[in-house]
Amino acid sequence: MSDVLLEMRGITKTFPGVTALDNVSLSVRRAEIHALVGENGAGKSTLMKVLSGVYPHGEYEGQILFDGQEAQFSDIRASEALGIVIIHQELALVPQLSITENIFLGNEQAERGVVNWGAAHARARDLLKTVGLDDTTDTPVRRLGVGKQQLVEIAKALSKKVTLLILDEPTAALNETDSQKLLGLLKTFKAQGISSVLISHKIKEVESVADTITVIRDGKVVESLDATAGGVTEDRIIRGMVGRDLTHRFPDRDSNIGEVVFEVRNWNVAHPIYDDRMVINDVSINVRAGEVVGIAGLMGAGRTEFAMSVFGRSWGRFVSGTALKNGHEIDVSSIPKAVHNGVAYVTEDRKTYGLVLMNDVKTNITLANLEGVSTNSVLSAPREIKVANEYRDRLSIKCSSVRQTSVNLSGGNQQKVVLAKWLFAQPDVLILDEPTRGIDVGAKFEIYTIINRLASEGKAVIFISSELPEILGISDRIYVMAGGKIAAEMPAAGASQETIMRAIMRLGRDASEGIVA
Amino acid sequence: MTSQPALTPAPPPVAAGTEPSPGIVSVLRQNVRQYGMLVALVVIVAFFQFTTGGTMLRPQNVTNVFLQNGYIIAMALGMLLIIVSGHIDLSVGSVAAFTGAIAAVVMVNYKLDPTLAIIAALVVGGLIGAWQGFWVAYMRIPSFIVTLSGMLLFRGLTLFMLEGQPVGPFPQSFRSIASGFIPEPLGSIIDPFGADPLKVTTLLLAALLCVGLVMLDLRSRRDQVKYGFRVTPFGQFVAKNVILVVAIMYLAYRLSAFFGLPVVLAIVGVLIAFYMFITTRTVLGRRIYAVGGNAKAATLSGVKTKQMVFFTFVNMGVLSAVGGLISTARFNSATPKAGDGFELDVIAATFVGGASAYGGVGTVAGAVIGALVLGVLNIGMGLMGIGIDYQFAIKALVLLGAVFVDVRGKNKDS
Repeated sequence: MSDVLLEMRGITKTFPGVTALDNVSLSVRRAEIHALVGENGAGKSTLMKVLSGVYPHGEYEGQILFDGQEAQFSDIRASEALGIVIIHQELALVPQLSITENIFLGNEQAERGVVNWGAAHARARDLLKTVGLDDTTDTPVRRLGVGKQQLVEIAKALSKKVTLLILDEPTAALNETDSQKLLGLLKTFKAQGISSVLISHKIKEVESVADTITVIRDGKVVESLDATAGGVTEDRIIRGMVGRDLTHRFPDRDSNIGEVVFEVRNWNVAHPIYDDRMVINDVSINVRAGEVVGIAGLMGAGRTEFAMSVFGRSWGRFVSGTALKNGHEIDVSSIPKAVHNGVAYVTEDRKTYGLVLMNDVKTNITLANLEGVSTNSVLSAPREIKVANEYRDRLSIKCSSVRQTSVNLSGGNQQKVVLAKWLFAQPDVLILDEPTRGIDVGAKFEIYTIINRLASEGKAVIFISSELPEILGISDRIYVMAGGKIAAEMPAAGASQETIMRAIMRLGRDASEGIVA
Repeated sequence: MTSQPALTPAPPPVAAGTEPSPGIVSVLRQNVRQYGMLVALVVIVAFFQFTTGGTMLRPQNVTNVFLQNGYIIAMALGMLLIIVSGHIDLSVGSVAAFTGAIAAVVMVNYKLDPTLAIIAALVVGGLIGAWQGFWVAYMRIPSFIVTLSGMLLFRGLTLFMLEGQPVGPFPQSFRSIASGFIPEPLGSIIDPFGADPLKVTTLLLAALLCVGLVMLDLRSRRDQVKYGFRVTPFGQFVAKNVILVVAIMYLAYRLSAFFGLPVVLAIVGVLIAFYMFITTRTVLGRRIYAVGGNAKAATLSGVKTKQMVFFTFVNMGVLSAVGGLISTARFNSATPKAGDGFELDVIAATFVGGASAYGGVGTVAGAVIGALVLGVLNIGMGLMGIGIDYQFAIKALVLLGAVFVDVRGKNKDS
């Protein structure tokens, strides 16, 4: 038997307009912990979806060898049959069902359709012991914390035959104790001969448990580092993750920055369901007229939650904090009030939160400012069409007419419609949340150009993005968020992906070492 | 602030200006989608006209379609808004019975003026709507459950109000809202094609309506041309208006050969015009559609989602009272079983008329046509002597079939 358990050769996966994976090769040995690191969107999750059969054979190019045999998975069940089990970032547990029911969901301990609950609970108890959980097996999963739920997921994986366990950011939502427990478990599995692929943004934990570290960037494998020999430092890994050239992907702009227009002071927000979990901790930011302020951070850093909370408290439970415009406190306690005070928020999820997809372009453009196209609450169709046509031309929205249904537009054009809606609401402060997510390079450039124009007209722009090159390319000043806090503030000139990453990691490491609670 | 975009102009996109001309097939397909139920209505009427040997379109039966279905149309207008906003109201039959009972008790037991009775019923209807809207919009209880509870609650209150006994009869002035006809000060003329004399006022009103509708359509066409939109070819535009005018005038001709324009049709006609205006031309209507289309996006655009939903329920309560008043007046007594099953006819009418069960889609015209389809089916099947058992089954299949065709059309579209 060879030493190599899994070999992926020359995997290429394209989506319309994007190459997500470009000739990626990955080799996982038996009984090793193999870490996969890279920025958001680098292609880690896509690679694991190829491996687990989410993208079936035929939808990608390349070859997968498992245990020396070529594998062509048609779906998840096919990969699970070989013992490849993936645990996704978003847990796939049914909250109302008990631990036992969840563990054997889809794999019920049944004979001729009749479940043997006694045997099921007994097996579940053994599995829980293996993963170090002492809750009773009939506890509903919703009563467990996130850490324990993660362990139930692992128990569920173990209930099947496992030879390769894939964990997609398993510790993202866990506290330090739970994370250590989980990582310890991976080491135990390793001793039993089970390999793990660990996707993580926490470089510290990758350093501590991984035998091999593979760095992915822009859909390509940059390098595979042998960590058992030692000498792989955090700096070394980060350099691999971000080391790409900034080419001319951003339009030039002469900044003309004025006075502070908008300011948020000591903003605190609790989780909407778990009252005692603070998601935003004492965040203060400000933005000046004509300035583009970037908020960098990884997913889950609290950027969207912060922005939505400021925009009419539309996320979480507001605890404390003040918002000021031109030095005077303003009321942003509801969305209409925030809009009235000149604040606009362009959502990161245009399909769910941005557009009424079944409605046409003009109806979407005017939705946030119907007063602007009506007299005494009676709409004027000619005025509405005039406004929509103007914005279509000025943002270069490509549609057959403003009466086209917005569901049929491309992602970039949908994003422009959402932007048009908020520009028509005439805000002074524009919060853009991941405005270029999922749109092609050309459309991105157009969005950047629009942002630059807005800034040159004196608007204050807050720009949230997970893509560091974009943050660096478009911002005048950058706040770095991590763990619901502002980890750093820096001028964009002189900042680099390394300095931002380091700020994020520093806060993460401090937290894991117990310096910051 | 001006409504001018603050951006400097960018070069216009290639596709700006006029829309490309569509092929003949897509024009046909679009029209079938748009006018599908109207065509179905005409086919159904023609079918009954044929099978009943010409009885269907006799003046008396044409008049009866409206006398018997006026309250369904009135309530379907409210149900349309409820369904467009993404909800449902199962209580409308009970609310109609209860508000009718209130009017009856006020008039018969307390000998008050019918006008006061009507006002009382409408106010109570609004309050009931506010009660249900409160639970749905602000307490976030699913509307199915709130109104299922309302269905039982207001049935119970109806029994309580009437002490289990029918209450009636009513003064003539009250009864006339359901069975009366508008005055005909201009007298009658002789029908060159038929035996019965024709009421002139009814014909004149219909002619005025036609002139108004054609002028509105002309204006909207002119606006569309002005803004570079694709418009239907002029021939098609003329054909559409000619058909519309002929249909209205024929209807008026049939009505005028009986007693003229029924009061209930006048009431319902005004309501239809009002709700067409609300749904297509006002900020309020636009917001209700946005809430039903994507509540999250609407909320994040500053729409007061809860207020909108609350309003649709208050509105439904008032229109349930209108329906209750008409049906009570029609039967000349308020009974404990009144309004039984109205909710099913009203909901069916709205869905047959093309409203989406997922919210955000539906038109006033559609709901009215849906109600007429069901009304014509009722009368036509009655004239043919089809048993009530078959009638239920046929209406059930029409509902299912209409929604199936609609859903299929939408799936093909996207």
